[in-house]
Amino acid sequence: MTILEFLQQPWPWYIAGPLIGLTVPVLLLVGNKSFGISSSLRHICAACVPAKVPFFQYDWKKEAWNLFFVGGILLGGIIAGAMLANPAPVAVNPQLVTDLAPYGITDFHSLVPGQLFNWPALLSVRGLLMMVGGGFLVGFGTRYAGGCTSGHAIMGLSTLQWPSLVATICFMIGGFVMANLILPFILSL
Amino acid sequence: MNTWFSQLKYLLIGTLFGIIFVKAEVISWFRIQEMFRLQSFHMYGVIGSAVMVGMLSVWLIKKFNVKTLDGETVTFHPKKFNKGQIYGGLIFGLGWAITGACPGPLFAQIGVGATVVAVTLLSAIAGTWVYGRFRDQLPH
Repeated sequence: MTILEFLQQPWPWYIAGPLIGLTVPVLLLVGNKSFGISSSLRHICAACVPAKVPFFQYDWKKEAWNLFFVGGILLGGIIAGAMLANPAPVAVNPQLVTDLAPYGITDFHSLVPGQLFNWPALLSVRGLLMMVGGGFLVGFGTRYAGGCTSGHAIMGLSTLQWPSLVATICFMIGGFVMANLILPFILSL
Repeated sequence: MNTWFSQLKYLLIGTLFGIIFVKAEVISWFRIQEMFRLQSFHMYGVIGSAVMVGMLSVWLIKKFNVKTLDGETVTFHPKKFNKGQIYGGLIFGLGWAITGACPGPLFAQIGVGATVVAVTLLSAIAGTWVYGRFRDQLPH
């Protein structure tokens, strides 16, 4: 097996998780920055459409590192997608394959299911709800909660902040409710 | 220190982070569905071990008063509780299970070629803007 073939396999959780956790001390020690991603969406608002809203009146340029960081994530996605992509389908639990089949989701070759997320689907009720509606909830909810999985679940819990534990538990409750109770209805549209 | 050049290190850290995101498949809608249907340990393992490593690192930094590369004392920002963490947390959770992505993975999903996710990202930015606009009227 070549090194490239080795890297192309999906990485197990016990490799990826600790590497993601290391982002916390790396950002702290490199520039005294607290790990967090959803703030970047606020900075984009402050930079592009502040519209006299007090919440967006601050010097976003001081927080520009965050925008470089998410720009890097985009770039990392391009590199990993172009050079390190796993040629095999995503190996999911057979139960999930059975669960998704009735909704016409049968192709597991890409990380983002093309049968759900594609440009023409934006014209369907299902696609509109999932892409535009889902995105809106992500942006609105993370800012309302004051952080996302990185800022609350990883950075917040790493620094033993109990409000972050509350937020993380609520993320999970919302996710369980959606995936098990509401999403089956949306997928059947 | 706020020159464009000094920001490049964050671009590099973000790039490595994005590659890990893709290779661990945490940006996959399928993995998120498995997590919320209790069909796989993978995501719990990723988040759990990330928190463990983060906690240990923060503890070491505090214990040995490790300084930043510029010699500054590391500062932490305590989070104050407000009801937004409950309401907003629930709302974000709903969105997470639909899109299969938190804000970070949205960027990586676009990177791996799911260009339509740019629409999801724009909608997330719009959601953030609407929150900012109506912040005063929302319970906190």
